Amino acid sequence: MVSDEHGFFIDPQRCIGCRACVGACAECGTHKGRPMIHLDDMDRMDSPQTVPTVCMHCEDPICAQVCPADAIKRTDDGVVHSSQKPRCIGCENCELACPFGVPIVFSGMEQMLKCDLCYDRTSEGLKPMCATVCPSQALLYVPKHQVLGMRRSKPVREFLVGALKVKTRTAVMVPDPDIPLHLDAASLIEGGF
Amino acid sequence: MSATPKSLAELRDLYGPHLNLAPPGGWDADLEPDKLVKTHCCFCGQQCGIQLKVKDNHVVGFEPWTDFPFNEGKLCPKGVKRYLQGNHPDRLTSALMRTEHGFAEVDWEAAMAHTVNEIERIQAQYGKDAFAMLSGVSLTNEKSYLAGKFARLGLGTKNLDYNGRLCMVSAGVGNKKAFGVDRAANAWVDIVGADVIWVTGANVAECAPITTDYIWRARDQGAKLIVVDPRITPLARTADLVLPLKPGSDCALTNGVLHLLHKWDFIDWKFINAHTTGIEAAIEEVRDCTPEWTSRLTGLPVAAIEKAARMWGEASTSFLLHARGIEHQSKGVENVLGCINMVLATGRIGRPNCGYATITGQGNGQGGREHGHKCDQLPGNRDIENPEHRKYICEVWNCTDEELPHKGLTAQEIMNAIHAGEIKGLLSLCFNPLVSLPDTEFTREALNKLEFYVNLDFFLSETAQHADVVLPAALHEEDEGTTTSTEGRVIRINKAVEPPGDARPDWEILVEIAQRLGKEKWFGHFTSPEAIFNELRVASKGGTADYFGITYQKIEQNMGVFWPCPSLDHPGTPRLFEGGKFFHPDGKAKFIPTSWRPPMEVVDDEFPVWLTTGRVVFQYLSGTQTRRIGFLVEQCPHPYLEIHPRLAAAHGIEEGDAVEITSRRGALVLPARLVKTIRPDTVFIPYHWPGELSANRLTARHLDPLSKIPEFKVSCVRIAKTAKDRFPAELAELQRMAFEARTDQADLPEQVF
Repeated sequence: MVSDEHGFFIDPQRCIGCRACVGACAECGTHKGRPMIHLDDMDRMDSPQTVPTVCMHCEDPICAQVCPADAIKRTDDGVVHSSQKPRCIGCENCELACPFGVPIVFSGMEQMLKCDLCYDRTSEGLKPMCATVCPSQALLYVPKHQVLGMRRSKPVREFLVGALKVKTRTAVMVPDPDIPLHLDAASLIEGGF
Repeated sequence: MSATPKSLAELRDLYGPHLNLAPPGGWDADLEPDKLVKTHCCFCGQQCGIQLKVKDNHVVGFEPWTDFPFNEGKLCPKGVKRYLQGNHPDRLTSALMRTEHGFAEVDWEAAMAHTVNEIERIQAQYGKDAFAMLSGVSLTNEKSYLAGKFARLGLGTKNLDYNGRLCMVSAGVGNKKAFGVDRAANAWVDIVGADVIWVTGANVAECAPITTDYIWRARDQGAKLIVVDPRITPLARTADLVLPLKPGSDCALTNGVLHLLHKWDFIDWKFINAHTTGIEAAIEEVRDCTPEWTSRLTGLPVAAIEKAARMWGEASTSFLLHARGIEHQSKGVENVLGCINMVLATGRIGRPNCGYATITGQGNGQGGREHGHKCDQLPGNRDIENPEHRKYICEVWNCTDEELPHKGLTAQEIMNAIHAGEIKGLLSLCFNPLVSLPDTEFTREALNKLEFYVNLDFFLSETAQHADVVLPAALHEEDEGTTTSTEGRVIRINKAVEPPGDARPDWEILVEIAQRLGKEKWFGHFTSPEAIFNELRVASKGGTADYFGITYQKIEQNMGVFWPCPSLDHPGTPRLFEGGKFFHPDGKAKFIPTSWRPPMEVVDDEFPVWLTTGRVVFQYLSGTQTRRIGFLVEQCPHPYLEIHPRLAAAHGIEEGDAVEITSRRGALVLPARLVKTIRPDTVFIPYHWPGELSANRLTARHLDPLSKIPEFKVSCVRIAKTAKDRFPAELAELQRMAFEARTDQADLPEQVF
């Protein structure tokens, strides 16, 4: 059981694209070299912005809704788990349906695996591996009540995906609009600083 | 004589780089550890705490060490995957000797006997100083100290220098001149409380990733961040002010800022009058450094320069951080002094949340520059030409003044002397100059001229391929000792596993060579790293870098001890200069005027584009270690040319195109990566690769006259689009390796570029 006190916060503005999270995720004893985190360059020509994606742990997980084999379970602590191996048929419905692009059906395994909030660690009071190693703390795992005073960015847990409202356990930190964004050295030189 | 045996392709087949993709036994093996060993990362100067998982004398993974105060479990990708150096197919496990047919594995005795014979032959024939030693600052304090003593008393040569000469040595010289001591002025905790943070020439997010969180914690408390760099680095993306100045113009910027600080009366006269000397000359020097003058030289808008000076001037607390960007220049020392003048002028040093530091690059970049393996230095950061300093060390070492050589050549000067035929023999460890020195082809020519070269390493680096004898050394986790982190914190490196085969720790190898050279009396008592450390403590006593009060036990009890620590009951010194007390005899800091001069090479019609080089987060220095780790190669397999779309368009270059980059030294062909985050008059290449992909084929051997650091950060090139069939074969091989890492398949399905 993972304590309800702690929350997982993704703060993309802090991400430096170092992929320590990806590398550390793969080291988990149950992942056996396979990372469950995605880390994307947005558009390297226009920005050095990178964005990490871990599971948002939806309150009503779409991956579970679309699973024809009822293989994806959400425990009472709000954590959505990898598919149960005996049930998973590797159909990739979850992979296609997840609005955040989290689940991965590994070829050769015929099973969907996903970020499970490092259940083995978090259920014992440790931080998830990615949030432990993240050098810039773009991946943050702290008591929920602390985060508002800690960061200038603000947590959001509700998302509109088309007409669908998705509520999640994991929060995304929305940047403080007063923090500038510098993307083009040419414009800085020409006075647009 | 020391040309490589066999072709480079044959050597690569035998000795790599190959990739290690998985822990010993593979991912499906039982990796439940027998024990966890608390130690530190083997890579950069941050020296993050890490626990290594050990099973059956193999490191099989890591567990974050969340109690270690500097990084609290945080690690960059290099730290996460460092353990894959162990159990690596390329690992050297027996001594190698050059034969007509390539390297042959030989027994230890044969390799040692030949090495000692050759050292004695060369020194008898050409003189003691004709045999040189090159060392590195990824070594522990114990090995750094031993290297200094080994060269001077074991080999009896004055010509010992280290690869810190390519790292932060300009900062060391500048710090000693201004403060009388060479260490980060503060522990990093003072970053968090600063009002303004000025980061210059430091790609913090990629080269010191853990420092990023300190800076962003400060920003969350309202701190302003100013980043000075020709590129918008990941840290700069959201900074309050970004100053993408022209490469090589740093000193003009700091002079311009000091001019405005004086003009706008942001000078802390009370602090200056009480604790410094020389302000008048420094102010006089910048009298004409108006914002317009500064703008012309830096390529920055006047308003941006004024905004920077105002932000810096108005703050009540601040922290200034710099790194290789300003130090790797022919006026690296002056760039550092320019920064220090900004700090001293505002009096913001030596108190809480007020600080200044260079961010050391190499693992023991701090400790390694204190214990005497620089050509002009004795332990305790003493001066090898100072009679009193020599006298003290002669007493500790039980040698005469005649037996202690004087100042020798610096690293690049040693390579120059090898090329000139003045130095005939070389012993090197922890240094891969064929990748890391400027002007690669010159370095290769020099190595080929050596009569005898012995190299200590755990992998056959590109430089080691030129050796006559290679002695297999131990990895970081196969030895113990101490290092000193970028903060000045002395920490413990613990041994996790035994070295494989005939590999053994560098200190054991050096001690054995010294004994075989008949120098038993000076080295015979070095039976463990702790025995070396205990002599280091005494040798450093009374010097500025005083370790006398530091013991292994005290380090472990306190999660590290900050030097100076002059006595056993002393708690250590996390913050220097408290109460305005500096280390010069008068207790004051010195303002030193920094007159503007251009870089050694300036763009012209023939070479119209600035080139700057640097690191990426996935690779470490010359890549000997990281180019062998699958995950890291997958993320960044080969170098590329970063170029602004505007400059690219002017040359008809599109993303992925082959671009020939030519300087006065040489040329290389790399794929273009179009990014708006670099000045349109500047291109960037990461330098971690050898051969046809080496950025240092383009850089020059121009040195700072004081620190003798090469000007890696400022060169001039011309660029031209060329045919993709001109990409070096090595590029395709590296892309194949990255694909292998990604898919565990050895063959590319199709050409990537």
